[in-house]
Amino acid sequence: MFGRGLKTLSILSAVLVTLALSLAFFYAPEDADQGIRQKIFYIHVPMAIVALCGFVAGGIFGILYLRTRDRAHDLRSYVAIHLSLILGVGVLLTGAIWAKTSWGHWWLWDEPTLVSFLIVFLLFACYQPLRFSIEDPERQSRYAAVFSIVAGAWVPINFIAVRFAQEANTHPRVLNASGGDLPGEMRLTFLVSLVAMAVLAVTLWKYELTSKHASMQLRALRRKLTREEDDLPAAAPRSAAPQHL
Amino acid sequence: MIGTEAPPVPRNRTPARFGTVVAALIRKDLRVELRTGESVPAMALFTVSTFVLFHFGLDRDELRGDLAAGVLWVTLLFAAVLGINRLFVAEREEGGFEGFLLAPVDRTALFVAKAAVLLAFLVAVEIVAVPAFGVLLLGAVPDLPELLAVLALADLGIAVVGTLVSALAVQTRARDLIVPLLALPLMIPLVIAAARGSAPLLDGGGFEERWALILGLYDLVFGLIALAVFDFLLED
Repeated sequence: MFGRGLKTLSILSAVLVTLALSLAFFYAPEDADQGIRQKIFYIHVPMAIVALCGFVAGGIFGILYLRTRDRAHDLRSYVAIHLSLILGVGVLLTGAIWAKTSWGHWWLWDEPTLVSFLIVFLLFACYQPLRFSIEDPERQSRYAAVFSIVAGAWVPINFIAVRFAQEANTHPRVLNASGGDLPGEMRLTFLVSLVAMAVLAVTLWKYELTSKHASMQLRALRRKLTREEDDLPAAAPRSAAPQHL
Repeated sequence: MIGTEAPPVPRNRTPARFGTVVAALIRKDLRVELRTGESVPAMALFTVSTFVLFHFGLDRDELRGDLAAGVLWVTLLFAAVLGINRLFVAEREEGGFEGFLLAPVDRTALFVAKAAVLLAFLVAVEIVAVPAFGVLLLGAVPDLPELLAVLALADLGIAVVGTLVSALAVQTRARDLIVPLLALPLMIPLVIAAARGSAPLLDGGGFEERWALILGLYDLVFGLIALAVFDFLLED
């Protein structure tokens, strides 16, 4: 159900990630100011952009779930947010490493991009506790969808508010109105890295969807078997993840 | 067949008007609050004790400017969380949700009424908290009209988001835990704008309109989202 095109996507993301990393290390020029340390940029920034898009995508699948009541959309929303949370940890870690090496601090509070990303991450970290604390599966999906819509719409507002609050400009802006200040080779490398990260995220998303769906089917089969044998309904384990379609 | 017929459906019954339903719900909630005093006294008391705590925690006799704004907004927000926690408890425990869902009225009315009630609670708390803050901690003469405007805009946002979070959390097993976990991050943009906007006001300085603009934008966006999604929280 979710596995279509998985092989192509896997190969494509392997090729693209390799290409992006080789471009980053062998093609893009070294930064005049930061030298080799700047290379983390090609992982950190695409990861952040993809994570934020994943959060918003979770909200869009939430809308689709509420409109169609197709539980596959709930699963899509759940997996998108789950994956974005994992990417978010990566963003915060790579960001801290980069900040330490180039600014000398692990964390800077007067920096809008850092602060807003942390707040977004903290809010979405509540998604799974929320799901986990609702037992009824139908209600769990419905409430999770409402949460993902509210939180998804809140992401841009949060960025506006935080950016207004702090005028500091330590963190570079890549996608600003003038198209960034990157020289051509760096720009190409960055764009390839962004595409690679996006394709990688979609691939991982589809892998998790497929895996979740496979274990759902397995559980359904097992339930059927046990019911035929001794008429005992097997209780589904309580979980934050959707348990059946 | 006699006796199994459905009772005659009354004709020409117009459905209750939205405003009437909202007013009835607000009246019900305010009456409950007046008789039981479950939320507002606790919230007001909480703000005053928090001001005392801040006095000792910060070891200051007087606050002004951004420090004063931070203390005021964090206190008001935590007090609001107390009210948000309890907002739908009676509905859930005493079967109010079932009663409301059985009534042939628009479900959005419940959201509007609850947000209005929470707004009223917040205003009532601030009638105590803001003068108490002025007496106990504030070391400057505030620009009262602008401060009231910031308070009103922020209260509206807290009421809207708080009602939504309360409705989300009341059906979970860990309500007291989920409310602050969800509400506090969601209200960070609001606190940023409210605290930055009121900081100069608490120091006798001028007012920057962009903060009021952000607060208004926040209220508007979350008001629309809440109206759009609230119905889905009530299907059972």
